[in-house]
Amino acid sequence: MKVVIDEEKCVAAGQCVAAAVDVFDQRDEDGVVVLLNATPPAELEDDVRQAAAVCPALAITIVD
Amino acid sequence: MSGASVIAIPERILVVGASAAGLACVEALRRQGYTGRITVVGDEVHPPYDRPPLSKQILSGVWPPERSTLRSREVLAGLDAELVLGDAAVDLDVPGRAVRTTSGATHTAQVIIVATGARARSLPGSDGLERVHRLRTLDHALALRTDLLAAQRVVVVGEGVLGSEITATATQLGLHTTMTGPLTAPMALQVGPMVSALLAERHRAHGVNLRLGIGVAALEGENGRVRSVRLLDGQELAADVVVEAVGAVPNTDWLQDSGLPLENGLVCDSRCRAAEGIYAVGDVARFRHEQLGRLVRLENRTNATEQATAVARVVLGHDEPYLPVPYFWSDQFDVKIQVYGMIAADAEAEVVEGSVSAGRFVVRYHIDGRVAGVLGWNMPKQARLRRQEIVDALNQSPTRSRSEEVSR
Ligand SMILES: Cc1cc2nc3c(=O)[nH]c(=O)nc-3n(C[C@H](O)[C@H](O)[C@H](O)COP(=O)(O)OP(=O)(O)OC[C@H]3O[C@@H](n4cnc5c(N)ncnc54)[C@H](O)[C@@H]3O)c2cc1C
Ligand code: SF4
Repeated sequence: MKVVIDEEKCVAAGQCVAAAVDVFDQRDEDGVVVLLNATPPAELEDDVRQAAAVCPALAITIVD
Repeated sequence: MSGASVIAIPERILVVGASAAGLACVEALRRQGYTGRITVVGDEVHPPYDRPPLSKQILSGVWPPERSTLRSREVLAGLDAELVLGDAAVDLDVPGRAVRTTSGATHTAQVIIVATGARARSLPGSDGLERVHRLRTLDHALALRTDLLAAQRVVVVGEGVLGSEITATATQLGLHTTMTGPLTAPMALQVGPMVSALLAERHRAHGVNLRLGIGVAALEGENGRVRSVRLLDGQELAADVVVEAVGAVPNTDWLQDSGLPLENGLVCDSRCRAAEGIYAVGDVARFRHEQLGRLVRLENRTNATEQATAVARVVLGHDEPYLPVPYFWSDQFDVKIQVYGMIAADAEAEVVEGSVSAGRFVVRYHIDGRVAGVLGWNMPKQARLRRQEIVDALNQSPTRSRSEEVSR
């Protein structure tokens, strides 16, 4: 699994961090998503899919 | 914590409404392993698109309209659901679990999920006047943009979240913008007096003419076109374009004869169930929030997705209540606001991080000494980190009853 983020679309909702804290963070200054791990391990894949699904700005894309 | 799978997994699921909540239902069902048939019926002709950008990037023109599309054609196809667009549901037969549509089709299923959202309310007497707009759909946004680009003066009626955003966007497009409404500051109902006063300041600093604290008497027209907005005290605000942003009404008309409980939305239990096999999600759903101890209807984007995920779990046999911490964001001028929880206008507000003078801060709201909400002003991450304080407060016994509707 490969994760791609679109910083320009991100509305800083932080839903992704709540879903997968090992993969996503937010910048301190403006809350925009920070990708901690672009190729998360298999055990985190469900969480990452959940994160992409709950992101209200469609800023997270998963490339299988 | 999840209940055992006592309900039979439905063979067929019908979702009515093809927007954020409806689409999220389909995705959540598939993600949770559902392999049965899913049909989605939506009355709009556009493939599912997102509404938050409509008052922001689409209205301002920063994004082309296609960019609000929720999923690409390929991703939609991959969901393996039958998507019937441009056809409205006209009635629901609850015992027969059947939905009839405008085209004359009848869809039956074991489970029906109502996701018909809400529509923009209009002011009485504004019908038929040209250059009077509302903003709920993509077509609305494009039509409003076209008229704004040809106008000099716009009056936005409504000081809620949507009215404030439209005001900001129109001002940034270079228009002389007036915002009017019965409350004394923008979003006063949603964020309380302290933050709404700061918002008023931001709006004024950008040249917005605020005529707040007074209701609208009527829209005046000339040759079929709107000319001005007349306020209750007789003031007349000249306008080339008027935008009504006076709230939303849940789309339950088609359920009128269904016998389902309709009262400011489709009334549901804590599982978002309106009747055996009938569920509701998104802006249309008024569900019982067990921790708040009352019915709530949430009009915000993240609820559409979260509630859909919760309903998919219930439908697939997990008997769990839906217990969201409400959340919305709003962008106006250079301010990004994030709001968690339920903020009553009279809640006590305290700056707990950053500072107002620095233009970045987090406010915590208390009701009866208990944390009820958190608001970030250009501090999204720091606000999110305090969401847990609301969860902790909710986990105590139910709070006393308050104004229940949380519209953005
Ligand atoms: C301009 C605008 C800006 C917003 N900005 C924000 C924001 O910044 N942050 C935030 O949190 N929230 C925002 N919101 C709110 C958010 O967009 C809504 O909460 C969300 O769209 C709700 O999704 P939904 O699917 O429940 O309802 P809707 O999006 O209303 O979708 C319901 C769908 O059902 C269709 N339908 C209705 N009746 C029928 C019928 N009888 N048969 C078939 N189909 C039917 C409708 O046409 C529509 O396509 C905004 C809303 C608007 C309008
Ligand atoms: S959930 Fe989406 S919008 Fe929110 S911070 Fe993550 S990427 Fe950004």
